[in-house]
Amino acid sequence: MKTSTLVIRTPEGIVFSQLLAGPVTRFFAWFIDQLCIGVAMSVLGIALRLLELISLDFGFALSVIVYFVVNIGYGIFFEWAWRGQTIGKKLLRLRVVDVEGMRLQFNQIVVRNLLRFVDSLPAFYFVGGLACWLNPRCQRLGDLAANTVVIRNPRVAEPDLDQLLAGKYNSLRQYPHLAARLRQRISPSEAGIALQALLRRGEFDPVARVELFGDLAAYFRAKVEFPAEVTEGVADEQYLRNVVDVLYRTRGEVPAPGGPLQ
Amino acid sequence: MIVDLQRFIAAGRPFWTELERMLDRLEAEPELRMTLPQLQTFHHLYERTAADLAKVTTLSSEPETRRYLENLVARAYGEIHETREKRRRFYPVKWFFQTLPQTFRRHVRAFYLSVAITLAGCAFGGLAIAFDPDAKPVLMPFSHLLEDPAKRVAEEEKATHDRLAGVKTTFSVELMTHNTQVSIFTLALGMTWGVGTIIMLFYNGVILGAVAVDYIRAGQTKFLLGWLMPHGVVEIPAILIAGQAGLMLALALIGRGSRASLKTRLREISGDVVTLIFGVGVLLVWAGFVEAFLSQYHEPVIPYGVKIAFGAVELILLTLFLSKSGKSKKTEDGNLD
Repeated sequence: MKTSTLVIRTPEGIVFSQLLAGPVTRFFAWFIDQLCIGVAMSVLGIALRLLELISLDFGFALSVIVYFVVNIGYGIFFEWAWRGQTIGKKLLRLRVVDVEGMRLQFNQIVVRNLLRFVDSLPAFYFVGGLACWLNPRCQRLGDLAANTVVIRNPRVAEPDLDQLLAGKYNSLRQYPHLAARLRQRISPSEAGIALQALLRRGEFDPVARVELFGDLAAYFRAKVEFPAEVTEGVADEQYLRNVVDVLYRTRGEVPAPGGPLQ
Repeated sequence: MIVDLQRFIAAGRPFWTELERMLDRLEAEPELRMTLPQLQTFHHLYERTAADLAKVTTLSSEPETRRYLENLVARAYGEIHETREKRRRFYPVKWFFQTLPQTFRRHVRAFYLSVAITLAGCAFGGLAIAFDPDAKPVLMPFSHLLEDPAKRVAEEEKATHDRLAGVKTTFSVELMTHNTQVSIFTLALGMTWGVGTIIMLFYNGVILGAVAVDYIRAGQTKFLLGWLMPHGVVEIPAILIAGQAGLMLALALIGRGSRASLKTRLREISGDVVTLIFGVGVLLVWAGFVEAFLSQYHEPVIPYGVKIAFGAVELILLTLFLSKSGKSKKTEDGNLD
């Protein structure tokens, strides 16, 4: 069955998943790479033309070699040097990885790049695109032979929480231990539903909006019971804002994990 | 269960930082060999971080931490569970004189198959020309091969000027790149369950057989040998080795008689396929030089005897190289090779 994620389960029982890149995104990355090769060849062409002034034969010969090496070696060089990325893949946040999560080997990179000769048949990567379309892991023939897949790391758009929650006093924060329990009990998908409801609140019919936020607030109230003094008189929608605030904003309590560690 | 996120991150951070530091070092220095205590530390850090990831996965409020830990665990997982040999410094001489011939011999059956297919093509092309000389334009759709052999030989031997003067290097490089592309294509077509590779090898054989019989029938055997042998004895085996690599891919795809999974079968041969195709590239560079600088010059410039002798010496050296080079005492006993 076709899936858009590559799930790797380690022997320790840890599961991590990576999003697979589809044929269209990969085609655009390839197109950018072709442009880069074109630019590189134009720049090198100027230098080689100067050599032709010294020896026409040697200059032509060197042009043929450079064109051949750049065309074949571009993908191999960049995917090896940048750990599975070319310029096009980097721009579109794609990366070649081993299908089982192992370290990507030089052999794999060479095989997947040499097999482009077949994948590009008869034109515009028709064979490769078709294989990618039919394969459950979106692998072209080169990927199949090399045991590689192309994954994507989309930039996750952070919701504009400041705009959503600005200037609102959050009474739930008076009880940090209950706020911590709330974070612990709410699953990522439940938190996502609450956030989406708030972000799209303007799209709802007024009656439906009241009903929806009533249901959601009741659900989250039941998850962790806060003292009546902080929940009484708080509208359902406001209660949900407070919940989202607790879940998504740490207000400097916790140091950002990405910062000093990277 | 994480109750106090701040404490959780504060407690885990030193371990994560240390694991990241070790991973950076391992990735930057591929030749690095860890000591046993270092390995134990690395494994401990990996397990600790994997456990932290398992805890944080259920937490909605920390997507950044989860992504960071996922990345760390994925990198460490690749290092710990990787069983293939780690890349080492590349020694070109050792690779050429040991790795390449050893790899060739390890898969010599695929080479024999490649030779058999090409010979079948040669027989077909030769017989077709012998029985129906008018089929020449169909079998050899290249204008320079359609000429009457006797007429061509007479023209070549009468030539007073060097027709390759001033373009020899370009011609040589064009031959190298074209033949390398054909070889890569022959290899890559192995992914069509070998059908494409077989067609390429057979078709090469057809042209070779047809040209050979055409010149022999015209009484130009000596010219043919003098023309083809200097570069052909290296170029033809190079294409055959590319076919060998393509057939290895095909055999791994088909997996007849093997209980290993497709992934395992392909993983097992991918290194050898790369070794062979790089070897083909080296051979074709040599063949390209010889074809441009020697093969295209005939009597009276270079006597045919000299060219044929040169080709024969090359063939003997190539045969010795592929059959003997890189053989240690152990391999001669049949333990490794």
